[in-house]
Amino acid sequence: MTDKKPNGAEPVKIEEKLYQNRYLVDPGRPHVKVRPHETPSPELLALVNVCPAGCYARDEHGRVEVVPDGCMECGTCRILTAETEDIEWNYPRGGYGVQFKFG
Amino acid sequence: MAPERFDAIVVGAGPSGNAAAYTMAKGGLKVLQIERGEYPGAKNVQGAILYAEALEHLIPDFREDAPLERHVIEQRVWMMDDTSHTGFSYRSDDFNEEKPNRYTIIRAQFDRWLSSRVRDAGATLITETTVTELLRDLQGRVIGVLTDRHGGPILADVVVMAEGVNGLVGQRSGLREELKPKTVALAVKEMLFLPQETVESRFNLTGDAGVVIEAMGTITQGMTGTGFLYTNRESLAIGVGAIVSDLAATGIKPYALLDAFKRHPSIAPLIAGAEVKEYAAHLIPEGGFNAMPDLHGEGWLIAGDAAHLVNAVHREGSNLAMTSGRIAGETIVWLKRRREPCDKEHLAEYRKRLEDSFVLKDMRKYRKVPDLLHGNRQLMDLYPRLLSGAAQTWLRVDGVDKRAKESAILRDLRRKRGFGGLIGDAVKLARAWR
Repeated sequence: MTDKKPNGAEPVKIEEKLYQNRYLVDPGRPHVKVRPHETPSPELLALVNVCPAGCYARDEHGRVEVVPDGCMECGTCRILTAETEDIEWNYPRGGYGVQFKFG
Repeated sequence: MAPERFDAIVVGAGPSGNAAAYTMAKGGLKVLQIERGEYPGAKNVQGAILYAEALEHLIPDFREDAPLERHVIEQRVWMMDDTSHTGFSYRSDDFNEEKPNRYTIIRAQFDRWLSSRVRDAGATLITETTVTELLRDLQGRVIGVLTDRHGGPILADVVVMAEGVNGLVGQRSGLREELKPKTVALAVKEMLFLPQETVESRFNLTGDAGVVIEAMGTITQGMTGTGFLYTNRESLAIGVGAIVSDLAATGIKPYALLDAFKRHPSIAPLIAGAEVKEYAAHLIPEGGFNAMPDLHGEGWLIAGDAAHLVNAVHREGSNLAMTSGRIAGETIVWLKRRREPCDKEHLAEYRKRLEDSFVLKDMRKYRKVPDLLHGNRQLMDLYPRLLSGAAQTWLRVDGVDKRAKESAILRDLRRKRGFGGLIGDAVKLARAWR
């Protein structure tokens, strides 16, 4: 995923930022799920930009999907969709998820 | 087999949880601490500045072996527009003292160290274990926890909720409401590594001395937020944050904001050539006093970020966390010694002690500030630009006489904000500050 920066500089590549981080991914147990939908709510759509790990993207039908492998467990998406209940957010199982080396 | 029973369970091994567990273990209580990360600190993010006073209460000789980076001798505050910064800075050799007051730290390393002291004090720590639920008795009193690891319940007389800003357990158990997008900031941060000599020459430092820069202005593109750049021994911590509701409304990507901050002409030369070794994101509770949840109830206390204890004006949080955790621990030890129950009535002592400390005094003092920052975008955007414009007019020597320059500065202020607006902003600020 790339993004044009407002001031016209080179695009930001989130993958390059996340590459340095250490994760223990719990295979087959994503800790964030998007509820099935046809048309995303404005709150859900906002996650595509606001997620600091770029975990959210739109699929070819315009629906919002999540791949939480790079999630830093900040909770922003959960708070933004608390009222619309667009997503289901849990902590990864103990020991899994991001493990900050420096924090 | 009967479930194992503790005097107290502490949820989380960050500054508040560690302070609580340490205090209670030192007080002779049987303490279990539960942390969901692989190690204490694995899930934690901070700038980070350590305030010595809060830690000295727990571990007076912490300077002997705590992983400290640099003691802070200089603070810069920068109001930034697109090409400039207008700064205030304070540097003093008085900060080169035997027991320095503030240090930069690397949180994951610091939390591990503090946790080792907690275990030395006698608390039991289990990591890689997520608390999933609070257990209650028929009267609704909290009596223990369930986790995703131990099959059975773990019981305790009291549970200290130190689960951080993104704490799910307290919220799902009805101890506190879900956070509101306008009361939390999302901050993103990078760790940039440079040779030690480079850090020291770029920031005019020798030995273990350090500089911290707090920045605000157009770097948050009109959103309420701040940025920072802190010197560690051989790294720089750089970050920027903005209120979540502002980010959602503008659609600005947080990492684009960080990259723009890194490219700012005042910042770029300071970080040039550095190697990025980690990118982190975390929420900061910024809602202040009015966003705080209840701090105690039947069988539970809440401390630190989970209790929304952050002084957004002074960028203090970890000291409020450590102090609230310590006071939570002291309250519980005190009740146990008096053989009093840890019910809501008796745990009210925690709130009382916090009210008597700087923690709630400061939270109360700035209770109006979050709303002030929210409704007044000019503070983040217009004023930095006005300041920069005024400074340039004043400093450029270009054949224009000084009285004409002064008139130009005043005219600019009046045109862009109006004297009524200026006075109104000053009054609002003064009222919020009182």
